[in-house]
Amino acid sequence: MQKTSNPAELAGICRQIRRHIITMTGAAKSGHPGGSLSAVEILVTLYWDVLRHDPAQPRWPERDRFVLSKGHAAPVLYGVLAECGYTPVESLNTLRKLGSIYQGHPDVRFIPALEASTGSLGEGLSVVLGMGLAAKLDNSPTRSYVVLGDGEIQEGQIWEAAMFGAFHKADNVCAIVDYNRIQLDGFTKDILDLEPLAAKWQSFGWHVIELDGHDIAALQAAFAEAAATKGKPTVLIAHTVKGKGVSFMENNPKYHGVAPNAEEIELALKELA
Amino acid sequence: MPANTKFELKLGAPTREAFGRTLAELGKENPNIVVGDADLTKSTMTTYFAKAFPERLFECGIAEANMVAIGAGLAMSGKIPFVSSFSAFIMTKGFEQMRCLVAYPNVNLKVVGTHSGISIGEDGPSQMSMEDLALACALPNFTVLSPADEVATKWAVRWAANHVGPVFIRCGRVKAPVIYDADATFEIGKGVELLGGTDVTLVATGLLTAECIKASDILAGEGISARVIDIHTIKPLDEELLAKAARETGALVVAEEHLVDSGLGARVAQALARHAPAPVEFVGLTRYAESGSPDELLDHYGMRAPEVAAAARKVLARKK
Ligand SMILES: Cc1ncc(C[n+]2csc(CCOP(=O)(O)OP(=O)(O)O)c2C)c(N)n1
Repeated sequence: MQKTSNPAELAGICRQIRRHIITMTGAAKSGHPGGSLSAVEILVTLYWDVLRHDPAQPRWPERDRFVLSKGHAAPVLYGVLAECGYTPVESLNTLRKLGSIYQGHPDVRFIPALEASTGSLGEGLSVVLGMGLAAKLDNSPTRSYVVLGDGEIQEGQIWEAAMFGAFHKADNVCAIVDYNRIQLDGFTKDILDLEPLAAKWQSFGWHVIELDGHDIAALQAAFAEAAATKGKPTVLIAHTVKGKGVSFMENNPKYHGVAPNAEEIELALKELA
Repeated sequence: MPANTKFELKLGAPTREAFGRTLAELGKENPNIVVGDADLTKSTMTTYFAKAFPERLFECGIAEANMVAIGAGLAMSGKIPFVSSFSAFIMTKGFEQMRCLVAYPNVNLKVVGTHSGISIGEDGPSQMSMEDLALACALPNFTVLSPADEVATKWAVRWAANHVGPVFIRCGRVKAPVIYDADATFEIGKGVELLGGTDVTLVATGLLTAECIKASDILAGEGISARVIDIHTIKPLDEELLAKAARETGALVVAEEHLVDSGLGARVAQALARHAPAPVEFVGLTRYAESGSPDELLDHYGMRAPEVAAAARKVLARKK
């Protein structure tokens, strides 16, 4: 893979990842396109510009760690891992099929380059805090990143972890909330509102950065600010659009867990050409 | 002609669908019925109740432990709460709350876990529940129900609403073969002898009940007469019926879409050791599964009639 900080190049990679998400979920006839599309810029900026990692040595001890806590967005992570060279691009369309390494949710038994198996929401923040503590014990420069869903942070464990992270000054941990405002049953504000969200994290002792989660330059600046912030962990509240990049999926709760049909795949790929 | 041609086993509604429909009926009949769901109303099928009685549906968000405890509070105030999510999440994340707030003080909460077993399919192991019967049975005071089809589910949900005390009901995602006539009657804690037989007894629950009926067909073709028992009440277990089957047929197979080491099979073995020791073989899950279509997974992980028939041959060889 060729790492890059160039926002235009990163945007091009994002388009390619979005195409993978559409074809993958389309071939599977199931899966979660909406929450995968909202997190594309976040993951691409991390993997191509921010994370210290090497696809040739997936278990390099000093690598940075990434955990997709909202594991149902596996298609975005699979697209990224494949384009980075960790896993084959050719078999992405075996997603969710028996025997595929591209399981319905990220599964370390099938892809050893994954840091954690996820799928039960609410657990990933605690996991990266454990990784952060380990890095401190080992005097390792490793930083650990986790992407959380907005619906996901309704889980109580997230707030136990938030309290723990600030108390332990886990400044080598960065959480990103993919704030696309939709969960499974509908809009987050109608189900269990999170607001005031920034104030919540602040009061738990985190350094909070609010930004447009599709603005690559803003993401780059935020990750740099997080790395420079000492004595407390950082959370990015990334305002995003569920289904981003495909007009009929954008902000439409239907595409949380419904794959595009043949006609929709064609339309979507035209928009992502 | 094999006796069991009496079962057509046509596909009916998923048991979660029967749960959702029955819950909405109950909502009409009893204003004390309230429902909690954790961002899965369209999957657990509490959506029917939500549409009919929005003021009695508490959407708890993705927070299962909180939901179980809120349900306990509603019950302590005289409501009849049903709380529901995927079995994998509600039984694990809500377990401690069930233990301390529901089982031990004997509180009137109904817990319904849907998408149980591996037949949830493509979502894979994180969403699959193969430990839920073990967890529910571990809780004193809980009645544990595992209906095989839509008819049995309807009964189970109605029974739970009328019973005072904690209940767990296990439902599935996929369409389930219909075993019972629409007017069938059930008794709590009593297994149903679906087919008579003299050589071996096949004991099953959930989706495996239909597979055992098919297995009895396979065995009949080999001259083996298999009795088939459906266990819809996992706890309290029908020890009498099982002991009778052990005495009369001398060998048993237990089949379930659950971990073999901690589900119905383990409970049957315990009951038989107590009342009527007999050789038993077990058909069930021994490891975490993976993604795939529900049918492929049931084939791949050996949850079908041929595996039940093979287990029956094996246990017959052990029969003295
Ligand atoms: C503990 C747990 N409860 C329920 C689910 C089922 N589930 C899968 S995705 C989802 C909604 C997630 O919403 P959000 O976190 O906002 O994700 P996004 O909108 O980014 O896809 C739910 C309820 C789960 N995977 N884990």
